[in-house]
Amino acid sequence: MLISFNTACRNKISRWRYLEEEEISLLDAIVEQIIPTDDFPGGKWANVSNFIDKQLNTYYRKHQLAYREGLAAFKKTVIQMKAKKFEELSFAEQTAMLEKIEAGEFYGDYWKDHSPANFFDMIRQHSLQGFYGSPAHGGNRGYISYHMLGLDYPNVIGQNRYNDLNWRKYNPKFPENGK
Amino acid sequence: MANKHVNAVVIGAGAGGGVVAKELATGDLTVVLFERGRWHTFDEHGDDELTSQRTSPLKCGYGPDNERNWRMAPDGKNGWTKVFPNEWSYGNNAACVGSGTVSYGAMAWRYQPEDFHLKTKYGTVPGSTLDDWPLSYEELEPYYEKAEYELGVAGDPTNDPYVPPRKKPYPMPAFSFNREGIILEKAAKRLGLHPFPIPMLRNSVPYNGRAACIRMRTCVGFACPVGAKAGTQNTVIPVALKTGNCELRINCMVSEIIVDDRGKAKGIKYFDADNKLQEQTSDLVVVSASASETARLLLNSRSKLFPKGAGNNNGWVGKNIQDHAYTGAYGLFEDEVYDDVGPGACIAINDFNHRFSDIIGGGVLCNEFIRMPYQFTSIRPSGSRMWGKDHKDFQKKNFKRHIAIHGPVQEMPVFEKMVEVDPVVRDFWGIPVVRISGFRHDNDIKVTHFLADKAEAWLKEAGAIQTWQSVPGKQSTPSQHQSGTCRMGNDPKTSVTNRYGQLHEIDNIFIADGSLHVNNGGYNPALTILTLGYWVGDHIIEKWKGTNMKSN
Repeated sequence: MLISFNTACRNKISRWRYLEEEEISLLDAIVEQIIPTDDFPGGKWANVSNFIDKQLNTYYRKHQLAYREGLAAFKKTVIQMKAKKFEELSFAEQTAMLEKIEAGEFYGDYWKDHSPANFFDMIRQHSLQGFYGSPAHGGNRGYISYHMLGLDYPNVIGQNRYNDLNWRKYNPKFPENGK
Repeated sequence: MANKHVNAVVIGAGAGGGVVAKELATGDLTVVLFERGRWHTFDEHGDDELTSQRTSPLKCGYGPDNERNWRMAPDGKNGWTKVFPNEWSYGNNAACVGSGTVSYGAMAWRYQPEDFHLKTKYGTVPGSTLDDWPLSYEELEPYYEKAEYELGVAGDPTNDPYVPPRKKPYPMPAFSFNREGIILEKAAKRLGLHPFPIPMLRNSVPYNGRAACIRMRTCVGFACPVGAKAGTQNTVIPVALKTGNCELRINCMVSEIIVDDRGKAKGIKYFDADNKLQEQTSDLVVVSASASETARLLLNSRSKLFPKGAGNNNGWVGKNIQDHAYTGAYGLFEDEVYDDVGPGACIAINDFNHRFSDIIGGGVLCNEFIRMPYQFTSIRPSGSRMWGKDHKDFQKKNFKRHIAIHGPVQEMPVFEKMVEVDPVVRDFWGIPVVRISGFRHDNDIKVTHFLADKAEAWLKEAGAIQTWQSVPGKQSTPSQHQSGTCRMGNDPKTSVTNRYGQLHEIDNIFIADGSLHVNNGGYNPALTILTLGYWVGDHIIEKWKGTNMKSN
């Protein structure tokens, strides 16, 4: 029985533990803003959304509603302002949107009782945890952030080795990918 | 079935309790050592930063758990809010066999002789309950030495002109400096300062059957994979257990000290591993549960003669809680200064403690333990972008190009900075919870600026191309260095215990942890807590020989 109770209770089947596909696609775009791809992969490739989804079903259960309602309100606010979904905006437009919410400049019913800046800061902090924390929690795929910082892993002296160099395949800027 | 009566119950298997249990057990008393947590190993946690004891966004890997433990903290609006162990405002200390000594950074500082008579040195400080200790450094010196030799300290005070007087050298040679240390040593000397290697409760060579340090990156906040770091869990507690006189009872939450109508402790009540309420009777009780939890237990132990809690008829239990006002500076360098030689912290200067007429106290300055990748995400000059390309670029560029220098500023004790028990809120077991409130003394803030300036100047001299200070505010929650809630003193009106950690009001209850500190020194307190464990334990054994504490 692989379908969790949580999933079975909802109408839509999700690959995820708590979040819906649609929420993940929005979250992917946000985490990619917080840790953008450059010479190294960004938050999306590193499975930061997976980290957040996993925590929402374990350590961060208390944040479930904040994500469910906050992401819905975020989506709505962006559509009202730009007549487009956040994921459909250009990278620069997305950045501008996040600067607005960080500055508390999101308005509407939901944001009257919920600080836009706090909502953004929660996602920001969780994203950084997902990218820079241990892969055991679902993010930092292949210890990508450790590669990026030049930290050997595992960190037992005399046993340094890299396990997963697959990230190169996914990095559009890496020369091997023919771009 | 009732538990068998024992001579002594020791509550809390951390720095103080581990030592006392060993002293009593080897002194032929029967002991039950209670610990609310359990044994931990490195393998269980690995190098998981998000559940380390240092940065714990997900949970405190070494306890306590968020499921059964919470406290109340000021909400900033004259009310209280519920907080959990992995939140800053909880003020956590590890809950496991060894407690903080499993996952600490293991700096092994003796307090300065002046720290034991601050009031004599500086006079009365308005707004502070600053006082002299009822014992001197000279009296404690042999016990410091015992702690250093039984647990194992590596160090070399040759280049420290301000080293507290010592009769014997450290049992192990000092650690070498990592790259940061080498850079900082030269700069400090150019400034006329006196850099020296930080003494560590960590094996630089094999010692007492334990291996030498392998210089892990993940040291502070984590257990040691080879047991090179000395904690009570791999030194004195195994000795205590080996005597056959000491039973370690883990996963047991002590809820109350039973005090009879004649004002004597009869033992304790506790919730066992199955959360069943049990009793353990004893001739004497030693409380070593940390400054906040020790105070909580006394306050929750109400009886006919002590309606405000055990030993609290004068209202001093839980008052004067202190920690350290950590201050310092960061510097960015052109070249890589990081060489991945753990634990990072290795070099200190003692030049800024008790040497300036206009500064009360002071603190040691050290380079910091290695800042792990997630921890580093919040280390930025003010005004920096905290996400996006700039933030990632900073991570990449500066992770290996920054040095942090920090120091623990000695806090002035403030009576109104205190631990209370909440009148309403109870934990998982139904025990009234801790709430901590109050603000730092203005003097602390003054000293943090003084010391941060010194740290920044040191970094600049070392070649930093950009520097910024990190100075705390008046708001604080005492955590790993918490102390002072059951201070010792000669006057029963203004202290909780006598100079031997024995309650003024109940002569068969003792305290053996940081709660006893009259002030907390400008240093990490672990070695002093261990030392007080030997001091208190020694006194109990001596008293015991006259059988004064036999209860009938």
